[in-house]
Amino acid sequence: MTLTETARGPAPDAELERHFEATIARNDRIEPRDWMPEGYRKTLVRQIAQHAHSEIIGMQPEGNWITRAPSLRRKAILLAKVQDEAGHGLYLYSAAETLGVSRLELTELLLAGRQKYSSIFNYPTLSYADVGTIGWLVDGAAICNQVPLCRTSYGPYGRAMIRVCKEESFHQRQGYELLATMMRGTDEQRAMVQESVDRFWWPALMMFGPPDADSPNTAQSMAWGIKRNTNDELRQKFVDMSVPQAEALGVTFPDPELRWNEERGHHDFGQPDWEEFMEGVKGNGPCNAQRMAHRRRAHEDGAWVREAATAYAAKQRKATA
Amino acid sequence: MSNLSAEGGHGAVPLQGVPTGEGVTPPEPEWPLWEVFVRGKRGLNHVHVGSLHAADDRMALLHARDVYTRRNEGVSIWVVRADAITASSPDEKDPMFAPSGDKVYRHPTFYDIPDNVPHM
Ligand SMILES: [Fe+2]
Ligand SMILES: [Fe+2]
Repeated sequence: MTLTETARGPAPDAELERHFEATIARNDRIEPRDWMPEGYRKTLVRQIAQHAHSEIIGMQPEGNWITRAPSLRRKAILLAKVQDEAGHGLYLYSAAETLGVSRLELTELLLAGRQKYSSIFNYPTLSYADVGTIGWLVDGAAICNQVPLCRTSYGPYGRAMIRVCKEESFHQRQGYELLATMMRGTDEQRAMVQESVDRFWWPALMMFGPPDADSPNTAQSMAWGIKRNTNDELRQKFVDMSVPQAEALGVTFPDPELRWNEERGHHDFGQPDWEEFMEGVKGNGPCNAQRMAHRRRAHEDGAWVREAATAYAAKQRKATA
Repeated sequence: MSNLSAEGGHGAVPLQGVPTGEGVTPPEPEWPLWEVFVRGKRGLNHVHVGSLHAADDRMALLHARDVYTRRNEGVSIWVVRADAITASSPDEKDPMFAPSGDKVYRHPTFYDIPDNVPHM
């Protein structure tokens, strides 16, 4: 213990906590060097780190199609989109590191399977239409989640989300445009689009998490200003947004309960298969093993690059010393 | 399905029963952390946009370009080793900013000027 710490004595927690609560109540942002409750910090680390992992793993389902893009235009677009997702991961790791953890530690936790990523990326991409559907529905659902997070109470997370949201709009629009182009094509192409939408609709709804009654963390996260809307609110918003978009595209969603409810001013819709969701989270989704194996391989294959760059930097330092 | 919530941003992820990284020993030394500052266009100051890891300053600049300026967000980039920055605490009980708190006479609105005096 240093002299200054002894002189100042231990931090008066109650007062610091009051100060923290007042900042949250004012709708002000918490910044990295502020005092914060341990629970707040840990919740943020979990959320931001696993958001980052989702962006990084999220490159795989679409990256799968880059070499088989149907035209140079589509290939350039898909490359840019996948590169953006890498960028999103890095913005988020950068935000997580302001909370006193290192990116390498978080990467280790992902590779060990101890931290998770969004289950949506455990579904396979079976046709090029899936690239469009992911842009439209999966990035669309991500936008619903991420827009309120721009106002989240932790400054670095909110700022990362603002950057991410600016880029997501491109992701959604290129996906929708891709599907619209296919819908103007042959019967076979239209069938490909519908088949793809049928596969991704329910997993997209699962992205918002279990119903509010089964989400005990929501209340605390909302009290801390980390989360701004409940899972069900966001899911409803997504469904209401997506229905007219589907009509304009000429596709349907595979939900017999989906209909407009005049009284509520919202669409009614069915519940996704939450068993399937839980299996995905536990690591038993259709592509979990493949996604993790790929991520581990990429990390190991990159080891020599990291070592070489480190050695080169050391050599340069010696030369200039 | 209790431990889940939608705060994953890109989809629901568990917020309980997940380790947060403390105490995990990375198997290799990590590249140093650099803070990145971007000048959005001529005439503006450089503004802090985030951080990244790189082995040396040149790599930090190239990574900063790829991560933070994919859409013409900048005309100039600064990268600074994070451990070279000295910072004040924004908050706490720190009296750092107290000296400016009680000097209202440093602001133009402190002075009463008659309404009929133009251009002031
Ligand atoms: Fe993203
Ligand atoms: Fe995206």
